[in-house]
Amino acid sequence: MSAALPETAPAAPGDETPERRFPTAPLFLSGPAALLFAALVLTPLFLTALLSFNQFDYATGRTGGFTLEHYLSVVTDEYYLEIFLRTFRISALATAICVVIGVPEAYILSRMTNPWRSIFLLVILAPLLVSVVVRAFGWSMLLGPEGPVNGALIALGIGRMKLLYTEGTVVVALVHVMLPFMVIPVWTSLQKLDPAVEQAALSFGASRATAIVRVVAPQILPGILSGSLIVFGLSASAFAIPGLLGGRRLKMVATVVYDQYLSDLNWPMGAAVAVILLAANLIIMLTYHRMVEGHYRRRLG
Amino acid sequence: MSFLELKNITKRYGPLTAVGDVSLSVEKGEFVSLLGPSGCGKTTTLQMIAGFVEPSAGTIRLDGRDITRAKANSRGLGIVFQSYALFPHMTVFDNVSFGLEMQRVARGERKPRVEEALSLVHLSPYAKRYPRELSGGQRQRVALARALVIRPPVLLLDEPLSNLDAKLREAMQFELREIQRKVGTTTVMVTHDQAEAFSISDRVVVMEAGRITQIDQPYRIYEHPETEFISRFVGKTNLLPGKVVTATGAGATVSLAGIAVPVETADLSVGETVTLCIRPEKLHLTAPSSGLLTGRVADRFFLGSQWLYHIDGPVGTLMVVTPNDGSTPAEQGAPVGLEWSPSVVRVHRGAMAEAPDVALEVTG
Amino acid sequence: MTRNGPVALFFHTLVVIFMLAPLAIVCLVAFTPENTLSLPTRGFSLRWFQAVFHHPDFVQSFWNSLWLAVLSATLAVALAVPASLAVTRWEFPGRGFLNALFLSPLIIPHLVLGVAMLRLFAVVGATGSFGWLVAAHMVIVTPYVMRLLIAAISGFDRSVEQAAYSLGASEAIVFRRVTLPMILPGVTGGWLIAFINSFDELTMSIFITSPSTVTLPVRMYMYATESIDPMMAAVSALIIGITMVAVLLLDRVYGLDRILVGQH
Repeated sequence: MSAALPETAPAAPGDETPERRFPTAPLFLSGPAALLFAALVLTPLFLTALLSFNQFDYATGRTGGFTLEHYLSVVTDEYYLEIFLRTFRISALATAICVVIGVPEAYILSRMTNPWRSIFLLVILAPLLVSVVVRAFGWSMLLGPEGPVNGALIALGIGRMKLLYTEGTVVVALVHVMLPFMVIPVWTSLQKLDPAVEQAALSFGASRATAIVRVVAPQILPGILSGSLIVFGLSASAFAIPGLLGGRRLKMVATVVYDQYLSDLNWPMGAAVAVILLAANLIIMLTYHRMVEGHYRRRLG
Repeated sequence: MSFLELKNITKRYGPLTAVGDVSLSVEKGEFVSLLGPSGCGKTTTLQMIAGFVEPSAGTIRLDGRDITRAKANSRGLGIVFQSYALFPHMTVFDNVSFGLEMQRVARGERKPRVEEALSLVHLSPYAKRYPRELSGGQRQRVALARALVIRPPVLLLDEPLSNLDAKLREAMQFELREIQRKVGTTTVMVTHDQAEAFSISDRVVVMEAGRITQIDQPYRIYEHPETEFISRFVGKTNLLPGKVVTATGAGATVSLAGIAVPVETADLSVGETVTLCIRPEKLHLTAPSSGLLTGRVADRFFLGSQWLYHIDGPVGTLMVVTPNDGSTPAEQGAPVGLEWSPSVVRVHRGAMAEAPDVALEVTG
Repeated sequence: MTRNGPVALFFHTLVVIFMLAPLAIVCLVAFTPENTLSLPTRGFSLRWFQAVFHHPDFVQSFWNSLWLAVLSATLAVALAVPASLAVTRWEFPGRGFLNALFLSPLIIPHLVLGVAMLRLFAVVGATGSFGWLVAAHMVIVTPYVMRLLIAAISGFDRSVEQAAYSLGASEAIVFRRVTLPMILPGVTGGWLIAFINSFDELTMSIFITSPSTVTLPVRMYMYATESIDPMMAAVSALIIGITMVAVLLLDRVYGLDRILVGQH
């Protein structure tokens, strides 16, 4: 009913203040932040994109001119292909494990009663706020040659294993860092779920498993998807974990960029890899937004 | 000269006219309600009086002064919001005191005035509490005290009772009216609840689709609704389509499905299509075939002090309300006669609209 | 927790151990009296904590990080409050773009921001400047503040402001006496989450810090790639301690679950 619009006016009367026609106030209010972001987000990204097309002279370290060579080498050079492939493999594996652990954990948390629920939510989520360097360091101690995990393996008669500087370790540590990002969106969608719906399924004679698969899972699917994308995106650009636990040979995209910039000093090459990483991230996120928006529009319409 | 005067007030949002050409005069001390379904423009009208919405056209005068373009914080009106809009981070005392502070009333004078306002709404013991520690009814009173303490020339109430449960709402209706009488403040209230509007207002303004359709005393609106919309919106009613068969200077006869019914409306012409409107409590049950119509009890509902019957008859299903005087009610399926006095029949010209009256009755 | 079966609780226990194990071992090893990374089997010692406090690089980095976090969080809040008001309360051309811009650092990998800032600093000659480092950190923490503020402002009953306004308050007074107190939990919560994020940030900072502005996480990263001794554990334990204090504060003023869960 179109005439209902003005009745909702008290909810958003700001829209009717005279500023609506002359929106100078919001420009003043958002001006400082907009300037900061223009200077320190848009400008540097633009400069970096330009840089990635510059030639690099190994002898003098000078940059300039125009070339597509850096982008070409990313798609043709075995070295870069392997790194991108490894990054993809490790991120995909970490994402899959996060789904397998994070989704049931979020469900278990949501079925707890307070105060346990709040306490364990804090336990699962708070590590998110501890510096990733500290967490990587913790894993290097746990999995180190003298660490408790190897101690347990020896005690069990399996013997000492080389755990550090392997893909497995990187994946485990990534899962540790990323798990909260999976639990959060799934937990959020579980919160929106009416518990009576699951009870209704049970009342019709569905088994607990059927109720979860047929009733709960479809409703938290957007949460799982959203968590997966965040985990994948963050894993693919993770720096500290592969840097500290991957050692010198197990490079991922982020550590390669770091090397290009700070060891090889080949900034244009590093910039090209960074631009590709950014583009991949943006494409994933924007596709997801499209999908979610379309999904909600269908549901509401 | 009236105290608060709206003259041809219009509010357009792009192509949409939310309020069209509304004119209204409110006398000093009067209690006027704007009544209508949601979307009828009543809230927008109130917001224009308050100064939160600027009219596209028209003027608003308060005590002879043009306040159409005056800022909301210079009008000095007291407003009670639907959500109460209490300051959650201030105590009850500070909430009520805020307006006085803004008027730069000296601290020494503020305290007794706040206390007076709180005692007016029976909240003196709660001065130190925070809004979240109060019940809905108590919050409502704080909002009222906060609006009244600044001694506003006009008190504006935006659906003030709609967030209260039914019992409390009824009690607050009477209290609101009593307080308003005591302080004598000119009051404009917006409501979609006709019972609320009728029980406490001096006059009711019925609005429909952005326009005023009737301004009158509550009982006159009920008894003499000027349009079919009002008769549907205000209370329950039976609407019967008919045709005028005879017309004289003093009245007419209308044929309802072949049954001739006398009405007291003059200036009707023979052959005209009309809609008769009869309130359910104006119909009386009689012995079968002794009234104007004969029908059968299709359903009956016990409402405590009354019985509501649905009577199937030659003109369709009629609602009949009879007082519960303790006698045995008519049985379901029993034949009954219906009679009424010609003076209670209201005649609207033209065929009836296709809307079911229940849909219009209570909309939020 | 009666609604979870034994299998679920066993699974849950494993997850909790998994999440806490690396933090727990760091805290334990920090108290070792040995010269190597080992669990303190022969009594506790504070020698490695003392070593941290006598290590000039770590002390300097700690102060760098603290100042950086305090300044960037405070300035980010100062910019984010008006900006959040603008994008939530007004409809104006470019609003959607600004909104996306302000939240964009959340989806731009910090690595990319790092190399981009490095390039910018090289171009404008800001390399090694603490002021520019603060500005860079403001960029990455502002979105966290904005998200809390936008939630606080859009969940705000505007009629409360109208009420103040109708009682004769000017716009400035309405903001100071009504709006600001009502969004205060969002402001303090936003400051704390900004502080934590800035204090912990590694990936961008490693590109743009100079020897005199090195932050604690960067210092630790450098240190850990070269040598590993229990002093790392002591620093880490200190960081865990500081973070926990901030987390508890955050939980008190805003509710941790609301901040973290409200993020996505």
